[in-house]
Amino acid sequence: MLSTEDDILRAAEAWRREGRAVALATVIETWGSAPRPVGSHLLIDEAGGFLGSVSGGCVEGEVITEALDVIGDGRPRTLEFGVADETAWRAGLSCGGRIRVFVERVD
Amino acid sequence: MRLDTLTALNAERAARRPALVVTDPADGRQRLVREPEIDADPLAEVLRKRLASGASGLVEDRQGHPLFVAVHAPPVRLVAVGAVHITQALAPMARQLGLDLTVIDPRTAFASPERFPGVTVIAEWPDTALRTVALDAYTALLALTHDPKIDDPALSAALKADCAYVGALGSRKTHARRVERLKEAGFADEQIARIHAPIGLDIGAVSPAEIALAILAQVVATLRRERIAARAGA
Repeated sequence: MLSTEDDILRAAEAWRREGRAVALATVIETWGSAPRPVGSHLLIDEAGGFLGSVSGGCVEGEVITEALDVIGDGRPRTLEFGVADETAWRAGLSCGGRIRVFVERVD
Repeated sequence: MRLDTLTALNAERAARRPALVVTDPADGRQRLVREPEIDADPLAEVLRKRLASGASGLVEDRQGHPLFVAVHAPPVRLVAVGAVHITQALAPMARQLGLDLTVIDPRTAFASPERFPGVTVIAEWPDTALRTVALDAYTALLALTHDPKIDDPALSAALKADCAYVGALGSRKTHARRVERLKEAGFADEQIARIHAPIGLDIGAVSPAEIALAILAQVVATLRRERIAARAGA
């Protein structure tokens, strides 16, 4: 209630209206000491430009890569991230928490 | 998300009206639920609860299928009546907390922009100023002038608007007299009891900055009461 994601959603609308292909990532679930609360957004455009955060830097790279696929095929995806050693094949959260991120294209 | 949904959502937010977005993570299907539309929604009860707590999260529909509910409550606005020393100390703290501050004081010597860099200052009586700054359930109102002529109309407006937080500076004795005046003005006891007075958490505050800290801590505790209650129950 105190801090908002206003700017991200306004930017999403603005970017799309500029004609950029855009995906919006949203933290939909957290367990343990997750770095960003549920509802946090990361906005990604087709060139990999981004705004906001879903993890304070830990897994943004991975989310951006997936977001480019979402922009490509329009199919929404749900990604899950845990601690780095449990999911060694991809980026992890050093804080030990787990997060689930929903990525959708803005059409 | 469809651009028209996003545009409609942003319009609600710009107008400081609460809204929710229900998303099926499995296929991305989505609906925007504006506040007046909640009662007609199949998830009405859940959405009401979510809006009250301000907490976005996963819920289940009647078939047990997970849905994500994003709560978009308007950002909390802080209205301080009284461009006093405490308000000056409070301004940078409020900014750090992401609380948008508006200062109202009819005394132009107090309500000068130089004393409040980067803050919206309105040098008008509350009755006039509150016509432009509409109070709502997402506003915290602080009455800080010690002057009933200025504080009382602001407090009356805050109680009528059902502000998220209402606080008034002054001793218990001052507040007792204030309570009498508000009763005479027709306010019920339970309405008057919503006023935090003496204002602020009791941290033994002495300096203006310490009082500002005590006030903002109480505002945050009030806005986060659902979290506090959830932990107490856990």
